[in-house]
Amino acid sequence: MTTEDLLTFPLALQGDHVPMVSFRQVSKSYGSLTVLDSLDLDVAEGEMVTIIGPSGSGKTTVLRMLMTLETIDGGVIYIDGRPLTHMPKGIGLVAANSRHLRKMRSNIGMCFQHFNLFPHMTALENCMEGPVNVLGLSKKEARERSEQLLAMVGMVDKRHQHPSCLSGGQQQRVAIARALAMRPKVMLFDEVTSALDPEVIGEVTNVIRKLVAEHNLTMLMVTHQMGFAKDISDRVCFFYGGRIEEQGTPEELFGNPKRERTQQFLRAVKEAV
Amino acid sequence: MTLLNWRWDFTWEILPRLLLATGKTLIAAGLGYAIAIVLGLVLALAQRTPYRALTMIVREIVEFIRSTPLVLQVFFVFYVAPQFGVRLSPWMAGMIAIGLHYASYLSEVYRGGLDSVPKGQWEAAISLNLSTSRTYFRVIVPQALPPSFAGMGNYLVGIFKDTPILSVIGVAELMHAANSVGAETYRFLEPYTLVGIIFLGISLPAAGGFRVFESWMRRKLGMS
Repeated sequence: MTTEDLLTFPLALQGDHVPMVSFRQVSKSYGSLTVLDSLDLDVAEGEMVTIIGPSGSGKTTVLRMLMTLETIDGGVIYIDGRPLTHMPKGIGLVAANSRHLRKMRSNIGMCFQHFNLFPHMTALENCMEGPVNVLGLSKKEARERSEQLLAMVGMVDKRHQHPSCLSGGQQQRVAIARALAMRPKVMLFDEVTSALDPEVIGEVTNVIRKLVAEHNLTMLMVTHQMGFAKDISDRVCFFYGGRIEEQGTPEELFGNPKRERTQQFLRAVKEAV
Repeated sequence: MTLLNWRWDFTWEILPRLLLATGKTLIAAGLGYAIAIVLGLVLALAQRTPYRALTMIVREIVEFIRSTPLVLQVFFVFYVAPQFGVRLSPWMAGMIAIGLHYASYLSEVYRGGLDSVPKGQWEAAISLNLSTSRTYFRVIVPQALPPSFAGMGNYLVGIFKDTPILSVIGVAELMHAANSVGAETYRFLEPYTLVGIIFLGISLPAAGGFRVFESWMRRKLGMS
């Protein structure tokens, strides 16, 4: 993207209702394959937005770009009104350097499909790693915070276990506690139940339900659990071919989908169950 | 033993001298290995920086060292370096040469270990906002070491067996002592046989000991 193109984007978002997350004309492609095509998406503070859609529709890429695991090819992403992918320089925006990314990244936490816990650390050590080494908390403070969060996800009894001794559901709950220990404003859940055995999915979704009910976190979730998405989302976005094909409240989108592709997708998902 | 003309009295006479030199061999191998273990990691990590020029230079150095004989490198450090004003004692030169030589081998072992750490570990570290250096030393290297242990153990025995090369520049290790005995008494059978037995007697338990250490370390890192 040229500097002139970037001039059309504001240095910061201002006003009464600045969205917590804002994608402005964000594009991403791998070679000739366009993954995201001029995506515009705002997520308000405290909102729970679920992204559904067929594989290859760009769902996961949305989360990975927010976590700065992927770069973007066009557009700007704002977090809490400030640019994430870019930084102000003079009158315009330039691509963010690593320092800016580190500063902005502290607003965001993420849970992965395969948990990605550190295998050489216990559950507690996994949770304490960031608070001690990034936030600069004392070991005592970090331990208290981590134990509190492990208690919330029901894993405090197993805090001294290594991930290899834990089931998938238990590992994912530790991973949620680990991400929350950094006190992010935005939490990202990337297919967090996809790698789990069916009987333990509930223990992870219950933790997320609790988060939605008790905390004012902004959350973005990619999932294949349609029932779960219906229950807890404020808004559901159906992605197709790198664009939002349709979005609305769960009642609207699941109850009365307007676009044909949405209807097809929901029908196919229902038949698979 | 009459056939071989083996003399036990001579054997007992030279044994203390050879055992004393064995201590020096162990020190040489230990120091060389310590240098190689640390420097090898530096060489491996230097090839993973975003600076392409640095990566290329380190890569070439490693390839160069791996493709030339250790004995030549030992001679070079000891006899050629003084022409550039670097005068080193035999011990110093020997440690640098053998440490550098094995560092380049170990860097390849580490490289394999570092590559084997799943990408998800990097992504988790980024999501926790860990800095690159902390990610390496808290997350990546601890996981890269267990897969590297087998290779590290091989090179521990390897460096120990290569210490006799240092005798060519006069490092007074075991081989050097055996050569001296031979030169003084014109008897070679006993000293060289003893050297062989001593090397065998140390190499075999060392390899076994390293395997015990390896499984202990894996357990400690929660990777069993």
